[in-house]
Amino acid sequence: MSKEKIQISEDLADIMPPEYQELVATATFGNQDRGWKDIGSSKELIEQHSLCAGCPESIAFRYILASLPAPEDTVFVGSTGCTSLVFPHVAVHNIHSLFGNQNAIASGLKRTLASRFPDREKDVVVLAGDGATVDIGLDMTMQSWFRLEKFTTICFDNELYANTGGQESGLMQKGFVAKMAPKGKNFEKVRLAEIAREAGCAYVAVLTVSKPNRVEQVIKNAIYVAREIGPTFVQLYTPCILEIGKQSMEGLDEMKDSETIGGRFVQKEYITDEAQKLLDVIKEETKERKKAAKAAKKPVNA
Amino acid sequence: MSQYKVLPGPEAFLPPAAASMGNVLPDPGEAHIEGEIVPVDEAYEVAARKILGAKVPTIFPGPLVLWKWNDHVAEKATALRELANEVPMRLIPMADYRPKYPKIEAEFEINPNHPNLTIWHNKIDVCIFIGVHCHMANLSLKIIRGGTNCYTIAMCAMAGHEDACLSFRDADLAMITKLREAIKKLKSEGVESQAIPFQQFKMGRTGIIEQPA
Repeated sequence: MSKEKIQISEDLADIMPPEYQELVATATFGNQDRGWKDIGSSKELIEQHSLCAGCPESIAFRYILASLPAPEDTVFVGSTGCTSLVFPHVAVHNIHSLFGNQNAIASGLKRTLASRFPDREKDVVVLAGDGATVDIGLDMTMQSWFRLEKFTTICFDNELYANTGGQESGLMQKGFVAKMAPKGKNFEKVRLAEIAREAGCAYVAVLTVSKPNRVEQVIKNAIYVAREIGPTFVQLYTPCILEIGKQSMEGLDEMKDSETIGGRFVQKEYITDEAQKLLDVIKEETKERKKAAKAAKKPVNA
Repeated sequence: MSQYKVLPGPEAFLPPAAASMGNVLPDPGEAHIEGEIVPVDEAYEVAARKILGAKVPTIFPGPLVLWKWNDHVAEKATALRELANEVPMRLIPMADYRPKYPKIEAEFEINPNHPNLTIWHNKIDVCIFIGVHCHMANLSLKIIRGGTNCYTIAMCAMAGHEDACLSFRDADLAMITKLREAIKKLKSEGVESQAIPFQQFKMGRTGIIEQPA
């Protein structure tokens, strides 16, 4: 699919719901410099969603969708969990996989797309919760990294199985007591970022979604590196406010608290030298492009 | 030959899938009317009579015809509009398949997860599905048969639908045109449309432009 396909049949355009007319008119398809700043001024690729009020995951979804470099050529692979409830409301192709199978599905998909569209860059992005990524799907996740599959894996880490009532997950912090883990967790939080680095990921980032500009940069970096070099991994803290006993307005504070010095989600990145070189080149190109665009906008006599 | 007749409901909360009752899909060049396989030409006339005899005949165009995937689809959309004008029929889009929150606007859209709401709200008695992905059409057709008395016609671009009361297969531009021609012919023979006069709604980017009446 390309942005040229995102057109409504002329003779039926006047019966299309307003959200689609808006999508065609003002969404940022085809703009490689799209980003979180477009939120509010253009049509977002996420419609009404079914997550809880104030859920940080919904914020993460908005930032990620706003940051995709080429949404019209991106396919998401999701897994069971709160994320899967949102995908029907998202204007990006997506596949729902069996629980934990997401990275295996994405491997095949990426290879197929590369074969089917050799002249066009197709981005595959896995987006799954911590249960699917680290517990049930760890085998598929790691095997795809070992094989150096060229796609991005994003883990929405809410540190438990939120969708089913609060069971312990591998990414839960040690000692945490949840509704379905009344004794508290006995083991340390799995160090997935380090596992990803050692398993072959060329770019790894851990952060919360409290700051949209950081999320945008990390998502873009991860996708660009995955296109050219190899697997990338982004772990985003998206706390489940219901399961940790917070109010709707407290999600942001929870994320900010966890990213202060000594916290579990202080932002960190592991970048291979090769990936860093690529990102430097892209950064320079982006800078030049924006400069040129700015110059083009200036009045001639100014 | 199957004994199961795919008739307008309301049949039951969970009507059986017609395929599970032994109904089969038509072969190329055929259609089925209420479960009976017939030559496709016979189905045009029956469909045309059903449409002209209805008080609120409605077309439900799906994403495969609403979006301009290619030029052929755009031509199908034009033919569909001409078909709607010929009868006249309402056009209510099935623009997507998501479970919409907090509720759908039954006057302006139909949703495959609860198509009965749109049919009840608008008192639709004959409808045409076109451009709806087959798995979603199957789901909708069963729900409609289960909970409403609407006669369902499927203009399927693939192999047809057992769960529609009348189903074409391989529906392309020529078949839409043929259905319109069949309606025109019946009208020229004196068969009048029983459709209640209405005004087709119009949508813009910010919402409704012309209210239905």
